[in-house]
Amino acid sequence: MTENGVMSRAKVLTIDTINPTVKKVEYAVRGPIVQRAVELERELSQGMKKPFAEVIKANIGDAHAMGQQPITFFRQVLALCSYPELLSDNTFPEDAKSRACRILQSCGGHSMGSYSASQGIDSVRKDVARYIERRDGGVPCDPDDIYLTTGASDGIVTMLKLLVSGEGATRTGVMISIPQYPLYSAALAELGAVQINYYLNEDKCWSMDIPELQRALDEAREYCNPRALCIINPGNPTGQVQSRECIEDVIRFAAKERLFLMADEVYQDNVYADGCQFHSFKKVLFEMGPEYSETVELASFHSTSKCYMGECGFRGGYMEIINMDNEVKAQLTKLVSVRLCPPVPGQALMDLVVNPPQPGEPSYDSFIKERTATLSALAEKAKLTEQVLNTVQGISCNPVQGAMYSFPRITIPEKAVKEATEQGQQPDMFYCMKMLEETGICLVPGSGFGQKDGTYHFRMTILPPTDKLKILLDKVKEFHQKFTQQYS
Amino acid sequence: YLPLDVIIFCINILLQGVQKPFQEVIDLSSGDPHRAGMKPVSFIRQVLAACLYPELLEDESVPLDVRLRAQRLLEDCAGGSVGSYTPSSGLLHVRQSIAEFITRRDFGVPSYTKNIYISSGSHRALMVIVKLLASGEEEARTGVLTPMPCPHTLPTLLDEAGVTLVPYRLIEERGWAVDLEELHRAVTTARGRCQPRAIYISNPGNPTGEQHTQPSDSCLAAFFTHQFFSFACQVYQDSVIGLDREFISYKRVLFEMGKEYADTVELVSSHSLSCTCIGECGQMAGYMEIINMDPEVTHFVDTMLCTDISAPVTGQLALDLMLKPPKPGDTSYDTYTQEILLTLTTLSQNAQRALELLNDLPGMSCQPVMGGIYVYPHLYLPSEFREEAKTLEVEADVLYCQKLLKEERVLVGAGHHGGATSSHHHLR
Repeated sequence: MTENGVMSRAKVLTIDTINPTVKKVEYAVRGPIVQRAVELERELSQGMKKPFAEVIKANIGDAHAMGQQPITFFRQVLALCSYPELLSDNTFPEDAKSRACRILQSCGGHSMGSYSASQGIDSVRKDVARYIERRDGGVPCDPDDIYLTTGASDGIVTMLKLLVSGEGATRTGVMISIPQYPLYSAALAELGAVQINYYLNEDKCWSMDIPELQRALDEAREYCNPRALCIINPGNPTGQVQSRECIEDVIRFAAKERLFLMADEVYQDNVYADGCQFHSFKKVLFEMGPEYSETVELASFHSTSKCYMGECGFRGGYMEIINMDNEVKAQLTKLVSVRLCPPVPGQALMDLVVNPPQPGEPSYDSFIKERTATLSALAEKAKLTEQVLNTVQGISCNPVQGAMYSFPRITIPEKAVKEATEQGQQPDMFYCMKMLEETGICLVPGSGFGQKDGTYHFRMTILPPTDKLKILLDKVKEFHQKFTQQYS
Repeated sequence: YLPLDVIIFCINILLQGVQKPFQEVIDLSSGDPHRAGMKPVSFIRQVLAACLYPELLEDESVPLDVRLRAQRLLEDCAGGSVGSYTPSSGLLHVRQSIAEFITRRDFGVPSYTKNIYISSGSHRALMVIVKLLASGEEEARTGVLTPMPCPHTLPTLLDEAGVTLVPYRLIEERGWAVDLEELHRAVTTARGRCQPRAIYISNPGNPTGEQHTQPSDSCLAAFFTHQFFSFACQVYQDSVIGLDREFISYKRVLFEMGKEYADTVELVSSHSLSCTCIGECGQMAGYMEIINMDPEVTHFVDTMLCTDISAPVTGQLALDLMLKPPKPGDTSYDTYTQEILLTLTTLSQNAQRALELLNDLPGMSCQPVMGGIYVYPHLYLPSEFREEAKTLEVEADVLYCQKLLKEERVLVGAGHHGGATSSHHHLR
């Protein structure tokens, strides 16, 4: 009882009474190191003296935040859709205007403010299907198999919800590559699914290894029911672009072991290395003949956040569902309706991504110019990153074949490992925190993505403008040398 | 409930099936103002256009206040682009605007930025909170007190989150009032079946349209005594219909009840772009204000919002524009005011006309509508009709709606979908 006689009220919702599965959810990309980076930015802006002039957030795959320019045509169409009175403005090209009209016609009340069907706007799904057919050399795509999503994340989580069931030894297991994009581990934790780790082969440029997949699967069968296999290609954080043979092997493996394939292909336009090419899982599947193409169950994911668009803030995406049982598909359609619909501006943007300006159209030349400039800059930075990091003793960087990141391996001296452990920190978190405090560079420690025991890594984006990236890489080099010496 | 696309599918099938000349279906069931023909607010769309395509900032034919506002908003976006990620709880500048709006709305009851979380709509906000609450199995499973009738999407959401819906009847004869005894009854009968830990309130009521003009002390005291976590969905707060009425939020009442309540009762209030005068449903953005939540738990609100990455940026900016509209003297003020007034007047008149007409019809009665976008008339269906429905294995009000659609091409929602008890029939 308090002084005035009122019973002091215990909270209904405490750490002990909340949903136990929610407690297991963590998300490394936005974890403690980012919070500290934000704090440091605030301190800098308040005039505090630091050993650096600015915080460089090389932790998150956000291209625009690092200065990449949006595609003019896309933004023009979206502005016209937002305020159609601009259709009378002569500064907008005709093809942008006709696209905007087409999009608005398929929106309720001709407004992006209306809800759309939960599977997404019909005409956009049709355009996505046509894009996929073109991309995959004519392999047919049914618009009914296309679901527009709120970024790829929404599609991935929805599919996982469908897949996860069972109790105890029959609980669904989902295979995910290590290192992995932490959305997967977070979603699996929230759904109470069993995460089955399969290691990518660092010595072979992070390629997938069938014997390793087999090992992981066989071990997992002892305590769960493995049902799905997730692949990120091009890879995050590793940047590897899987070879066609590798993709065929994975498909055969999935067919043999009866696993549902989840192919996260959001970086499909981000391929830089010579000799590397993006092969969509769907295309390879169909080219392997009906024994596979009519049986293997596959979901492929794409989004507006990466590639040459970098429009993360729109939350646009789609997934294509192949060979799903019809009754299950009906359940999927019901499931997506719970979240109402994907944001309409994101759906409109996805429509433009799959349906860009064509030769002969007024905006074609500038579109190609902008896209080429962005992708070639990324290719240049990918190479630069690999080169510079490999000159540092104690840092070893695989070629950045694609995506937007480097994931170099770092050697951390024993003394530092000890100090980190004493402080209750992962050694690579300890390393990254020190780097942040001393250089202002924010990276994500490898422990946030998963790595082989005893190895340490960090993930760094290749997104800052080239001149800034050069400075960044030199600072990383300098820091690593100092750190190694300090703890020798 | 029937998702929009299923409804449209049904309409198409029906139109194909009946040999009548093509007639447009009038959809009065989906709460989608733009689809129904309401025009977007010009100021909001102009600013968004300039944010999307910043070349417009140099265009002098664009009103000055639009350009200045767009510029200010872009300053808060990483890289000056609406294509960048934002923090998971939303852009700081927008959260500040929201806190300022709430403080103004509640006559000075302070609202703090740190308690504001932007989400992809209030539906998503509710899902996050209910998921946090979901725990326990069987008799220990979390129960959420839910008004009957409730928004038609709510039962599915609660089911998806893994909690038990505990219905409490709103009292139709008293203008759909919340009744303390009914709450007690609901809680008592639920115990043994589940563990009621939270209460959902819609203010103004959805779909019933009542306003809790005095979210009565006794009701909140009841929540306190029984220790409930409260979620107040206040999305239609801007549509308080009729003269001399103001919107009173649950937070304000809580504050006015004194420190012992204001400092302890755990309350989440939500609002969104789907509100009456703005109707930007498809932009998918809203916010929740979280009061008195345990800080260790708040951490997980953030974590769960992280898996969405963030609400769409144009939606976040639209929230800022909605809650900080043009002021007297601003270039866009007159147009803005006219547009809002037109919407509110139209709604008010529509509500009036609908009420008069429905109350005049035999077999229909309708409580006054004080807010929101629905009327929820009571249907007194003849016993023969109810028998026919029984043989067809369909709820009587659902059968009524099907017939209305077929014969008059008007689509309305059945009260059954809102969870109303089967001995009473309503339309939405």
